[in-house]
Amino acid sequence: MDFPSTQFVPSRMMGTYQPIHQIGMWGENFKSIGNPSISASVIVEVDNKLENESETASHEMPAPSCKHDQEASKPFDKIQRRLAQNREAARKSRLRKKAYVQQLESSRLKLMQLEKELEQAREQGLYIGGGLEAGHLGFSGAVSPGIAVFEMEYKHWMQEQNRQLGELRTALNAQISDIELRIVVENGMSHYFELFRMKSTVAKADVFYVMSGTWKTPAERFFSWIGGFRPSELLKVLVAQLDPLTDQQIFEVCNLKQSCQQAEDALSQGMEKLQETVSATLAAGQLGQGTYFPQVAMAMEKLEALVCFVNQADHLRQETLQQMSHILTTRQAARGLLALGEYIQRLQDLSTLWATHPREPA
Amino acid sequence: MDKVMRLASEKDVVVFSKSSCCLCYAITILFQELGVTSTVHEIDQDPEGREMEKTLVRLGCNAPVPAIFVGGRLVGSTNEVMSLHLSGGLIPMLKPYQTWC
Repeated sequence: MDFPSTQFVPSRMMGTYQPIHQIGMWGENFKSIGNPSISASVIVEVDNKLENESETASHEMPAPSCKHDQEASKPFDKIQRRLAQNREAARKSRLRKKAYVQQLESSRLKLMQLEKELEQAREQGLYIGGGLEAGHLGFSGAVSPGIAVFEMEYKHWMQEQNRQLGELRTALNAQISDIELRIVVENGMSHYFELFRMKSTVAKADVFYVMSGTWKTPAERFFSWIGGFRPSELLKVLVAQLDPLTDQQIFEVCNLKQSCQQAEDALSQGMEKLQETVSATLAAGQLGQGTYFPQVAMAMEKLEALVCFVNQADHLRQETLQQMSHILTTRQAARGLLALGEYIQRLQDLSTLWATHPREPA
Repeated sequence: MDKVMRLASEKDVVVFSKSSCCLCYAITILFQELGVTSTVHEIDQDPEGREMEKTLVRLGCNAPVPAIFVGGRLVGSTNEVMSLHLSGGLIPMLKPYQTWC
């Protein structure tokens, strides 16, 4: 980056003035921003202009005083000159301040743009870290406290989840009693129910956040159905891990799978209807006329129903887990929870592998 | 109280809804899949709609729609119907009213 050779606060100018803090301050602040290419040239221009003005001023000033007594006019001259210099310095300082604020504004806009690009890149599956970066903070609007709280709680939730999976593994390998194992299973179930409660809370704050699954890894998002896993898919994964099941259990699991699928179909069709409704509301009247706020406002009212759907989908997930825990023995339930947890871990590892896998440049 | 209970007992499976309530629509789809034709009453299109809404809330339907009645008795809202279905209790309840084409 090229800096003009005469930087802001040219020292030759400073030398003639009384030390005025303001100039120094703006100069210091400019240096620290590090990208003052445009502003610096403005300053230089301003400096030159002021320099010319002050020279003409100082030429004019002494002329009238030649007519008066030299001794008496000296202090008067000095005072007048000082006052003029102060005025010029103040003016220069104000111009510098204006340029500085303009600099801040353009940096801010640039930052907003960069942040937007980063978010888009993240959405396209460039998985960075745990997906828990503060992508929702920033200049684009007020920080959504609901989302910030959820992201923090989810981070803890995952840590506790991993701890519980370790506990399940240990418990299944050791020969602990059914009663003790039951406690571990109940903890596992409660932990999932806690997640559904968290999701319900953040859905009220921002339902699109839950629907987009931003807090999850890309591979998990790939399987997303109304803000989470499809219960029938989970059952498919689980059942394969739970051999041997009794005939009665197989029968009951089959019924549960069918009921799940029917409920999912009904909710999916409800969601389609919601899409149609919102779309029809938005497109009502003439498109292209320019005024459309009523349509947008009405569409937003219709969108409120999305929160209900997300809650229903989570309710379905919760009920599926409950029913499975009734059908299975304690030991089977423990193995089921462990299998489910590890399946999700594999999905998350898939996301990480995908993000770090070298790809051909576009 | 009267209109809701009267309408609820007139038909086998009654769903109180509001026009463009998509969750209510989902419930009717579920019943359709289970071979049941449900009668839908849109309370926002009913002149006594406000009273009916109050009644449903008093009966325990917080939403207040969808509110589902089977055989004249209140089953509940979406949550209750879904729980019942997953636990295997919905189909037996609907059996007398199933009409497979």
